[in-house]
Amino acid sequence: MHCAIDVVVMPKAGVNDPEGTAIFNGLVSLGLQGVEQVRAGRHFQLMIEAETETAAIEIATVASSLLLANPVIETFTVRAENRDTVAVLGDL
Amino acid sequence: MPSGVAVVTFPGSNGDHDALHALASDIGIRVALVDYRCGELDGYEAVVIPGGFSYGDYLRCGAIARFTPVMNAVQQFASRGGPVLGICNGFQILTETKLLPGALLRNQALQFVCDWIHVRVEQTTSPWTSDLLKGDVLRLPIAHGDGAYFADKQTIEELEHGGQVVFRYCKSDGSAGASSNPNGAVSDIAGITNKAGNVLGMMPHPERATDLLTGGNDGARLLNHLFHLLQVPA
Repeated sequence: MHCAIDVVVMPKAGVNDPEGTAIFNGLVSLGLQGVEQVRAGRHFQLMIEAETETAAIEIATVASSLLLANPVIETFTVRAENRDTVAVLGDL
Repeated sequence: MPSGVAVVTFPGSNGDHDALHALASDIGIRVALVDYRCGELDGYEAVVIPGGFSYGDYLRCGAIARFTPVMNAVQQFASRGGPVLGICNGFQILTETKLLPGALLRNQALQFVCDWIHVRVEQTTSPWTSDLLKGDVLRLPIAHGDGAYFADKQTIEELEHGGQVVFRYCKSDGSAGASSNPNGAVSDIAGITNKAGNVLGMMPHPERATDLLTGGNDGARLLNHLFHLLQVPA
């Protein structure tokens, strides 16, 4: 079956995120009220052919651990598109 | 049979020919360009991973270069104690490959910095720095947008106590100062080695400072060491 798997990679708490800070400053200078913080990450969409959705999520998890995220500075979450449940978590 | 220094090159590397020229012409040792698709480094006595933008810095700097056949060979070469020098993008690739701990983050000020800086030599027990003196100051150029060295607290403590911090950003007189850190690197770290000391990664470019014609030759003080490492003359 074809599965669309979403991977979101975010900087770990405690890791300097100057992009997030710059984007936050941009929102402030737009006059937008109420935004307290911005952290900037990346969203990957993987189209995976696998026997089951669970197998596809496993493949996406391996891809995330090996390449899509750098575990020294990033965490990741993996979920099948349009699903409520998050299948695998990095250390948020 | 290959010999001398292997300068590896990836799609997007642009410091490869700087390294070749500096080593061959200014230092005077045998060098060869080794393509990223080459899966072995038999016969070479040292490896240089040059600066540039391998794979366009896509995903993360050095993230994709890590999986090339040549980096597989570099890992084996390093595990046998072979000397490996990663310059700028080369340093980034070494951290992605986990031959060195930590990571290089986007510069704190979000600006690409192209400038001359000073680094202080912090240890001389590594084969790479055994010709230098602790406290020596080298004036070297940098050119990077993602050079802020980062590691978690425990790793930083291990690096400091283990003598793995080799270069630290400093003022021209060697003293420390926040203003001398060009990118927000933790503890002003500009270069580190692995535990064994044979793998050195640094953000500044010694190969761009081997000839006074380009503004300085302090880089030669580091690269000259390859003379002693290599058995085969130019």
